[in-house]
Amino acid sequence: MPLPTDPSIATHNYAHPERLVSTEWLAEHLGSEGLVVVESNEDVLLYDTGHIPGAVKVDWHTELNDPVVRDYLNGEQFAALMSAKGISRDDTVVIYGDKSNWWAAYALWVFSLFSHPDVRLLNGGRDKWIAEGRELTREVSTPHKTDYPVVERNDGDLRAFKEDVLEHFGRPLIDVRSQEEYTGERTHMPAYPEEGALRGGHIPTAHSVPWAKAANEDGTFKSLEELREVYTEQAGIDGSEPVITYCRIGERSSHTWFVLQHLMGIDNVKNYDGSWTEWGSAVRVPIVKGLEPGVAPGH
Amino acid sequence: MSDSNPPLPQSLRAIQDDFLALGNADRLQLLLEFSDELPEVPEGMVPEDAWERVTECQSPVFIHVDSTKNEPVVYASAPAEAPTTRGFASILVQGFQGLTAEEIMAVPLDFPQSLGLEEAVSLLRLRGMAGMIWRIQRQISDASPA
Repeated sequence: MPLPTDPSIATHNYAHPERLVSTEWLAEHLGSEGLVVVESNEDVLLYDTGHIPGAVKVDWHTELNDPVVRDYLNGEQFAALMSAKGISRDDTVVIYGDKSNWWAAYALWVFSLFSHPDVRLLNGGRDKWIAEGRELTREVSTPHKTDYPVVERNDGDLRAFKEDVLEHFGRPLIDVRSQEEYTGERTHMPAYPEEGALRGGHIPTAHSVPWAKAANEDGTFKSLEELREVYTEQAGIDGSEPVITYCRIGERSSHTWFVLQHLMGIDNVKNYDGSWTEWGSAVRVPIVKGLEPGVAPGH
Repeated sequence: MSDSNPPLPQSLRAIQDDFLALGNADRLQLLLEFSDELPEVPEGMVPEDAWERVTECQSPVFIHVDSTKNEPVVYASAPAEAPTTRGFASILVQGFQGLTAEEIMAVPLDFPQSLGLEEAVSLLRLRGMAGMIWRIQRQISDASPA
């Protein structure tokens, strides 16, 4: 049975308030039957330095990816992972993490590829929980193994591949990286390691809307009015056409995907997880450098 | 490790052996222990402008090598929110302790890949540690008389 939604989130008028919970709500419901809390971070050791009591760790790099192919787990592998983490198909899963929930949003997006029915983000993530002085523990919980069913991954609705992007030209494309990455000044985040893109720049026609425009100082999401100003007024996304988001490997763009789909209620938003590490290294795909979005090839 | 590499100093070999003797989950725990053990650098010990940022790392980590003695002393500073990076820095601070400049200069840049952490940590995250070694070696060679 899913847990009740967080009434404090409902006051924000987001399209899908059932996808978000506040730190207060989580503190109140910790330990409830049918609730599993998942921590997913950029830093693989951060969970081990202290986490929300009872939370289990899911690491995007080492656990959600296929160990060989650049792809996510398949249905059997995901079922095995969920079972080992003590997650049942009808559990309410609340995911939180570091860096304003980038990796938590990425994990939530992968859970969504398997249509896990009730998966939510903790508004403000790990940092807000800590800033409020809430309890952390180093005690690693040993989950009771569950019997999660094998559900085939469905990429069709939420995931874009390079070929989809090539056919998407003319419709909204959002680049959520930093301005230096967008212009082609650099191929990776400022102060981040080089991750192998051979060219700098952006996909033609992509609008630059860095992910942080959706977040407040404390890592929580901005109000619906503020989000509409950024994405609808400034970037022209009004839900009339399908949208594709991308970044470097798909983690920051999962954050934006969450905002567009679950907070603003825009249908048909896909995350291009190949992102710049694929596009910026692919042979003969068009690239634009500089601040202007550029024109679609063949248009 | 291929046979053509010079042998690792005993201190680094011991750290390597400790990691390789463990399973994946325990390797992470050992890395966490290293992270917890990274010594605080007392204020004023390293002048503000002497810290060098390791830009290969995803988190703000700074290093400084005091090369005034025959055995260089490596200092490192990284925030608590970046325990993996702290762990890598701590391995180097501890492993390089007591080594001569020549011994540190001979440490191969692929030392991080020899700790068996690829599966537990992912290869992407290991890259920053090579950046630390490279910068430590560069500071030592900059400080040595031409």
